[in-house]
Amino acid sequence: MSLLTIENLRIAFPARGGSTEVVRGVNLEVQQGETVGLVGESGSGKSLSCRSIIRLMPSHAQMTANVQFDGRDVMAMSRKALRDHRAHSVGMIFQDPFSCFNPTKRIGEQVAETLRVNAGMDKSDAHVRAIELLASVEIDRPEQRYRAFPHELSGGMRQRVMIAIAISAGPRLLIADEPTTALDVTTQAQILKLIEQRRRDLNMAVLLVSHDFGVIAQACQRVAVMYGGYVVEAGPVAEICARPQHPYTRALLESIPSLESAGHHIRRAGIPGQPPSAGEMGAGCPFAGRCAFARPECAGVDMSLEVVGDAHATACPFVRNVSATSEAGGA
Amino acid sequence: MSETLLSVQDLTKRFRLRRSLGEFVTRQPGDSALAVDHVSFDLAKGEILGLAGGSGSGKTTLARMLIRLVEPDEGVITVDGRSVRDARGHELREIRRRMQMVFQDPYASLNPRMTVGTAILEAGRVHHQPGSEDGDAFVSKFLDLVRLPASMAVRHPSELSGGQRQRVAVARALAIGPEVLIADEAVSALDVSIQTQLLNLFLDLRDELGLAILFVAHQLSVIAEVADRVAIMHLGVIVEIGTTAEVFHNPQDEYTKSLLASHPQPVPLDASREIRIVE
Repeated sequence: MSLLTIENLRIAFPARGGSTEVVRGVNLEVQQGETVGLVGESGSGKSLSCRSIIRLMPSHAQMTANVQFDGRDVMAMSRKALRDHRAHSVGMIFQDPFSCFNPTKRIGEQVAETLRVNAGMDKSDAHVRAIELLASVEIDRPEQRYRAFPHELSGGMRQRVMIAIAISAGPRLLIADEPTTALDVTTQAQILKLIEQRRRDLNMAVLLVSHDFGVIAQACQRVAVMYGGYVVEAGPVAEICARPQHPYTRALLESIPSLESAGHHIRRAGIPGQPPSAGEMGAGCPFAGRCAFARPECAGVDMSLEVVGDAHATACPFVRNVSATSEAGGA
Repeated sequence: MSETLLSVQDLTKRFRLRRSLGEFVTRQPGDSALAVDHVSFDLAKGEILGLAGGSGSGKTTLARMLIRLVEPDEGVITVDGRSVRDARGHELREIRRRMQMVFQDPYASLNPRMTVGTAILEAGRVHHQPGSEDGDAFVSKFLDLVRLPASMAVRHPSELSGGQRQRVAVARALAIGPEVLIADEAVSALDVSIQTQLLNLFLDLRDELGLAILFVAHQLSVIAEVADRVAIMHLGVIVEIGTTAEVFHNPQDEYTKSLLASHPQPVPLDASREIRIVE
């Protein structure tokens, strides 16, 4: 049984004359211990989708879904059960580790506070355990760092502390929402490595949300590509990178700047136009307006995923991307 | 290489750190941090030079010193042989006209109360640009240059997307008639698909107007897409400078190597793939 199943997730916000749906029927599954990526541009609904797992929504958002976590129905949880779910089963880290901390409290105390509240430890136990946790996220001289204030730490260091807090209860799932976007490439690589190590040691699953396909390709086994509130393609990362099926995924992959371009001045085609804003999305495929393969029927596409390969599915019924070599091999 | 437009020699900036109480009482000078340490480079007309480095490497301080938003402590900056550091009054204004900066966050650099057209026109008029007497024609000329429809002129920044806003910021910079554009993380906050459009715009502007561009970015792959040459900064020093092909395919410096190694690997694409349309 999978650790997490999200079925038909819909999130809408009230708007003039009705409501605007920003997540429009997302299905997602995460197995025990695996790393799943959620990739998409701003406004695609990826952050809201991952927040649904702990029902962390703006108060005016209208969310309907069937969310099963470890056999329990998240949508049916009482306040107390939800609090317990957030405290023990799921850990979450965010893009900006600075705004997550209290700037007037020492970071060690903030780690210890989590342990006292969530795990019911007494003061001295929490202190000892907090130092262990800081050491486990590779913060050197954890005893001294315990007494540091958030502003005294670098961005990478703050993200490490954030991870320490998120994994303090030994969660089954870690949600990492753009955890490295604000960091340098060198620090980014270290943080991704740290998340991977912690994942293996604690046997937890990771849901990694990012706009950067490079990060996803490095860290995940499976990925779901989001656009305009839909998952447009899902499958194994290697498979999707090699044979993207949905025209959006393909165009996105081709837009990614690459070090290989150094010295060649070939311009990338990019994707014309801009992503639709929440208010202007109609029926059918939200990518049709920018798609090189668009046709009149695109307005009637229901955006359900169609299986095209081994655990690989696409929402586009019209375009198939086939490798010439594999086609020849199969024939 | 063609004629040098901008030349920088031994440019240095120290930031004084706050003195401790002891130092204050005993009137000692206190520590300082060397943000930019004897940096030298040239930028030719029509050339795009990438400036890369981690956060805190001094790349933004360096970019700001070029138009004296930050005053250098030592060193020489010349544009067309004229010293930037000695310029005063009218001369400094002229130098700032010739070098314009585009920032990462166009939200912060555009006046939210001003329409796009007014912002572009005002920039042109302040610097007495030819054509700025005829407002509409002037505005649509520069909107066209950044591939925006003339109808954008009546919009306010809040009505635009991130990519459009950044185009407006570029149009406003161009309205002043610069020869050097300093783009400080100008595409870093944009989505990949929009980023590509902006990178192509910078390449077009270089081709059409012969602009020289100093392209500051922390993402090496973005620099690989646009720059002719690249300078890698680390702890205030340019550790390596050369053509992008040389530096990225055959790095000599250890820091450059580590930076390239930790860059997220470009996604492996299957070269033989084809598109089939399902009928």
